[in-house]
Amino acid sequence: MAENLLVRIENLYKAFPGVQALKGAQFDLRAGEVHALMGENGAGKSTLMKVLAGIYQCDDGQIYLDGKPVEIHGPHGAQALGIGIIHQELNLMNHLTAAQNIFIGREKKGRSGLLLDEKAMNLAAAALLATLKVDVGPRTKIGDLTVAKQQMVEIAKALSYESRVLIMDEPTAALNDAEIDELFRIIGDLKAKGVGIVYISHKMDELKRISDRVTVMRDGESIGTLETAEATMDQVINMMVGRPLQPYVRSGDDSTLQPIALEVRGLNRGKVLKNIGFRVHQGEILGFAGLMGAGRTEVARAVFGADPIDSGEILIHGKKVKIKIPKNAVHAGIGYLSEDRKRFGLALGMDVQANTVMATLNRFLGLGTFLKTKAMALVSEKYIETLSIKTPNQAQKLKFLSGGNQQKVVIAKWLLRDCDVLFFDEPTRGIDVGAKFEIYKLLQELASQGKAVVMISSELPEILRLSHRIVVMCEGRITGELTAAEATQERIMHLATLRSK
Amino acid sequence: MKGIIKSLFSANARQKVLAFASLVLMIIVFTILSPNFFQMDNLISIMLSTAVTGLLGIAVTFVIITGGIDLSIGTLMTLTAVMAGVFIGYWDMPIWVGVLAAMASGALAGSVSGVLIAKLKLPPFIATMGIMMIAKGLSLVISGAKPIYFTKYEDYNAISNGSFIDFNNVIPGLVIPNAVVIFFGVGMIASIILNKTILGRYTFGIGSNEEAVRLSGVNVDRWKIAIYALAGAIVGIAGILISSRLNSAQPALGAGYELDAIAAAVIGGVSLSGGEGTILGTIIGAFIMSVLINGLRILSVPQEWQTVVSGLIVIFAVYMDILRRRK
Repeated sequence: MAENLLVRIENLYKAFPGVQALKGAQFDLRAGEVHALMGENGAGKSTLMKVLAGIYQCDDGQIYLDGKPVEIHGPHGAQALGIGIIHQELNLMNHLTAAQNIFIGREKKGRSGLLLDEKAMNLAAAALLATLKVDVGPRTKIGDLTVAKQQMVEIAKALSYESRVLIMDEPTAALNDAEIDELFRIIGDLKAKGVGIVYISHKMDELKRISDRVTVMRDGESIGTLETAEATMDQVINMMVGRPLQPYVRSGDDSTLQPIALEVRGLNRGKVLKNIGFRVHQGEILGFAGLMGAGRTEVARAVFGADPIDSGEILIHGKKVKIKIPKNAVHAGIGYLSEDRKRFGLALGMDVQANTVMATLNRFLGLGTFLKTKAMALVSEKYIETLSIKTPNQAQKLKFLSGGNQQKVVIAKWLLRDCDVLFFDEPTRGIDVGAKFEIYKLLQELASQGKAVVMISSELPEILRLSHRIVVMCEGRITGELTAAEATQERIMHLATLRSK
Repeated sequence: MKGIIKSLFSANARQKVLAFASLVLMIIVFTILSPNFFQMDNLISIMLSTAVTGLLGIAVTFVIITGGIDLSIGTLMTLTAVMAGVFIGYWDMPIWVGVLAAMASGALAGSVSGVLIAKLKLPPFIATMGIMMIAKGLSLVISGAKPIYFTKYEDYNAISNGSFIDFNNVIPGLVIPNAVVIFFGVGMIASIILNKTILGRYTFGIGSNEEAVRLSGVNVDRWKIAIYALAGAIVGIAGILISSRLNSAQPALGAGYELDAIAAAVIGGVSLSGGEGTILGTIIGAFIMSVLINGLRILSVPQEWQTVVSGLIVIFAVYMDILRRRK
């Protein structure tokens, strides 16, 4: 090939227990381009990139760097070759400072060769962060930074290796619009410097803005590569899922005619929540919009009894309920699906069946304390089918499922509990387009079955598409409520930035 | 100045300040309750007894900051003392060689724990519990279950009980035993290692997010082994101090010291979930434990009750830490 190919990957194979993650995957990257990598979860994008970054060793295949075949032994080897990766789940040490994180593994030492030269590292880190025009002090502890700022530190860290290849795995998953603009500015600067960027994302509009080419993967294979400018969204989606998708159209019914399922009055919690009040009707999807840190998750956690509240009333079907701990909430028929499903929603080391029945184990108690294995298997089979959870069998451990399928298991768990009110916190975070549509359809179905659904989401298109009504928060207060007809991106953003004086 | 004041009230420092304040308060209370408490010889005896648990506390501080635990330090201390007896008493090595060899055997045992944890992926609790029992058994086997005496070697006794800081002429009774000087010296060096060297950086890094450190291209396994080996070497120093003080290696002593040491670290603000802790905090924690025991003894509280009170203090300290974290 005549063009200046920075990276060429040929015929990569990689197997994990029970899964053939890569089946002859192909990929290439030019200097100074942003090459998007798309595909449903489990398509093998992350695995491919982890092989490139030296985290996994491939079973078969060859990677070329500048046209020369290379063997990448471990993350250190990748760094030495100028390959940096920014993981979807940020890999930082919360107890250390920004500078200490950036230089982990390559600490600068003083003249003695024994002691660390903290000053030099702080200076170098400050310079790095300054080139990115990021407002983070090198001495700030990572744990005290927002997710967006943490990510900027990760980028600075990757750049400090003089990376020529930078892999970004869903970098915008936790960012708000302003932060995304900031990230794209940085990506533009890097491009101009000749850095080749692999950009994994599920957000189509972003790819249109930022990428030069798109490669689509499905089932561990590379399906094809398109010039972004020429590619249409439908084309890409077809390649990803192998079939056209039916876009969903919201019904125009007035959801507020139904009886109220949940009402919250005057909820206060320290400086985090101020006088929160809202109602959700049966069969309604209520969207919670706002920037990161606006207090939306905190509302859900407070209603669910996960955080102690200072004052406030919660009414279920018009009756006051006392919720002090999550158990009370569950008994009152409230379910909460955390934004961080891996930490709070699932036991990743346990299998699909165990996770599905986890919140309803009492129901499967037979004689004494023995569990009814047959009944559990039946129920779990039913949900695998109705939610079309992709798993070889119900004994598969959750950690081997893709994000979308993990999310479906969480949903199954709560459906089994017969909750009337369901809080979905960022239900499609880290989930690919195809599975996103399925989750949307599922939320829709839940609502049409008469459940009250509260959906917290940072993706405005998602909020606008699904919600019957939208509550907007800013700095711990509810700054407005819009009906589906009134709501536009601009109006929501206006309310989301309505700071108190 | 503003920075210093701010850092004093940062979350991590607050536990230290709190611990230090309670130490001072305890000293004041005991001084009021008993005229025998605030006497030079009693204060020095407190420092002497703190030296050994304090050293063990420093050793375990490194391990706990990585998110691990080391239960072997008590009986390992005994084993290193016995080894010092073998090297010096049986094999007639020069004292300084014997001392270094004893520390090396501590480091070796520590690195065995490290290999079990890093390479064989044993949980630290189990790996070090195994080493604890092995060290206990080996001490008895090697010594023939009898104490090894150092009476022939006067210099050995001086390591702990001698004093090159002798202010007897200035303030009567102010003769600081070498054991105390060594304790503070090791504390200072350990603090530098923890805060200013690469080993210390990885100690915090591993405790904070081991995977992130690994993905940054650091050979985490090797550093973990090094950290456990360092802890073992510090335990070796404790073994030398205690055998030098008693002028003998007592093969049955040592079990139970590990819990006092862990308690000292925890009281001093070392987080059992890893990533947080300071040497100064652990030293203050060790002093709290020994001042408490000493004060209660002077007040003639029965030994059984002293132990009960120590337990309460540990629970109280950890609860305070949890309260602080919740904010």
